Amino acid sequence: MEKFTVHKGLVIPLDRSNVDTDAIIPKQYLKSISKTGFGVTLFDDWRYVKAGEPGMDHSKREIKEDFVLNQARYQGGSVLLARENFGCGSSREHAVWALTDYGIRAVIAPSYADIFFNNSFKNGLLPLVLSEGDVGSLFKAVEANEGYELTVDLENQQVITPEGKTYNFDVDEFRKYCLLNGLDDIGLTLQHADEIKAYEEKRKVEAPWLFA
Amino acid sequence: MTGKTLYDKLWDAHLVRQEDDGTGLLYIDRHLVHEVTSPQAFEGLRLASRPLWRKESIVAVPDHNVPTTTADRGNGTAGISDPVAKIQIETLNANCEEFEINEFHMDDIRQGIVHVIGPEQGATLPGMTVVCGDSHTSTHGAFGALAHGIGTSEVEHVMATGCLIQKKMKNMLISVDGKVGEGVTAKDIVLAIIGEIGTAGGTGFAIEFAGEAIEDLSMEGRMTVCNMAIEAGARAGMIAVDDTTIDYVKGRPYSPTGETWDKAVEAWKDLVTDDDAEFDEIIRLHAGSIDPQVTWGTSPEMVLSVNAKVPDPADEDDAVKAKSISDALEYMGLQAGQAINEIPVDKIFIGSCTNSRIEDMRQAAVVVKGKKVADNIKLAMVVPGSGLVKKQAEDEGLDKIFIDAGFEWREPGCSMCLAMNADRLESGERCASTSNRNFEGRQGQGGRTHLVGPAMAAAAGIAGHFVDIREIGGAS
Ligand code: SF4
Repeated sequence: MEKFTVHKGLVIPLDRSNVDTDAIIPKQYLKSISKTGFGVTLFDDWRYVKAGEPGMDHSKREIKEDFVLNQARYQGGSVLLARENFGCGSSREHAVWALTDYGIRAVIAPSYADIFFNNSFKNGLLPLVLSEGDVGSLFKAVEANEGYELTVDLENQQVITPEGKTYNFDVDEFRKYCLLNGLDDIGLTLQHADEIKAYEEKRKVEAPWLFA
Repeated sequence: MTGKTLYDKLWDAHLVRQEDDGTGLLYIDRHLVHEVTSPQAFEGLRLASRPLWRKESIVAVPDHNVPTTTADRGNGTAGISDPVAKIQIETLNANCEEFEINEFHMDDIRQGIVHVIGPEQGATLPGMTVVCGDSHTSTHGAFGALAHGIGTSEVEHVMATGCLIQKKMKNMLISVDGKVGEGVTAKDIVLAIIGEIGTAGGTGFAIEFAGEAIEDLSMEGRMTVCNMAIEAGARAGMIAVDDTTIDYVKGRPYSPTGETWDKAVEAWKDLVTDDDAEFDEIIRLHAGSIDPQVTWGTSPEMVLSVNAKVPDPADEDDAVKAKSISDALEYMGLQAGQAINEIPVDKIFIGSCTNSRIEDMRQAAVVVKGKKVADNIKLAMVVPGSGLVKKQAEDEGLDKIFIDAGFEWREPGCSMCLAMNADRLESGERCASTSNRNFEGRQGQGGRTHLVGPAMAAAAGIAGHFVDIREIGGAS
């Protein structure tokens, strides 16, 4: 997993609440058996005029000019700003892979759906929570200033604006540790294999029907 | 010391270890696997040369991509016309073979939607932790189980370690008190709950559904309710174990027998919330005031009684909410103030892990019996949740009732719930659907989905527009 320490990047404002994972990556692309290549179809229905299919040349498709990802001023953006309940809906991790493959490293929103939130950390994407008011101010700032960049400092749990204003955010210790060090949690869990085995042996006696 | 909730008990029984910050390592009893969210996980195991922790815990089935027409289903994967979908199912087959996992193949009568077949086979048992790379895994909570939807990295993690890393959620009780009126089903109850608490209302919580109206439900109905816990934002929904649960589980292929059965039943009886347990949040609804529900927008919380009118963004003070309403009306092609029971529909879809069990088939069949679908209906389809549901329905003659009325009777799979196969809406088409998500494009780009229960979907097919099932009779 890619480490996340400090990231500075252009902000893309996606002014919608309840952005669901079907919108982030529509189902036809879930047929892929790989983890990469989803970036070009991120927000596919909002981004292109006609529905796409996996395997087609997406560079030839007609785009919806006014969608944020298609606006010149947001090209190369890597910090996504959105409204409440971002990532709701399906558990598809493809939504996270589409964001990271596009180049997004951090999402800023007032709240997230649980599964999306969890999936993000497993892929080096930082979903950080700021208050509705702070997110509202950031939307205004991004829209008013072309080239608006934010710095996300995970170690110090701060978002820093170009004017030097800082917003603090919370993050679980364990998740922060994994992200800062780029750690794979399977390896970490397997360090406790003996404990898992001991639990299993005890349960086989208590509740044998679970192991039939 | 205060008592424990059902969720507390399930959590405690599965906790292998806990970090200082509260992050727990939970042991997983059952892992259900399907073709869409597993290939990258198997690939990850192979790349790291990691074996499965316990292959017997896994049951696999292809469901999302499978074709549902009988003609296409005859020849196994050779009948799948979409080459990408075909590769995905073949990849599942190959992975299950390589890792020696029990899989119900496309041509097996036990094949079906993962959340239908788990309980049907007894692979989901009370007191289990159940995971699947699918958000509607919450369905299995109907058995007094702790069931989470997980992402693909977690699928790989559970495969390799037998455990899931989880933070304990908060406890929410949703009590539906009293009895529902005639014609009001489990789907209406859960849609009304989502309408009440919103799609993020349950975020961070494990929801326990309780109250007389929930206790009165069959296991099929309870699964419908828990299935949609995720649409209320809760990763897990659950219902306490009672005789209804135990009767359903008895005699299924994976269920214990003999002495082990007796011992299990004894243990399962404790899978209820203690009287003195405390919840972080309690929500009460009166079952008697729930009408048949229809969603009008692009989020399951945008739901109203069939007799209501589509809302007007001008009546909403909050600017963000008003914009969501007007965006939804535009996408759905509806006018503020329009009567819901006058909205005409183009297609009918009865199926999905929410409503494709035998009871759902029966509820819909009662409504269409001896009638014909309306002229304006372009397609009405019934997709049973599993091969065994299909067979039972056919044994009861339900297939004939549907076919005579002008419905298509299909092979089991996810089908038009998410339109990964050929079953989908064209842009602008409007569907009365028994599935669980009405997001933009969910059933096909530009398609418009209205979520309803099976009897309501059937009735819309006959009338050509939404109708209050209580006015035409025939509902159970
Ligand atoms: S029926 Fe629909 S919601 Fe259920 S598992 Fe299949 S795609 Fe997901």
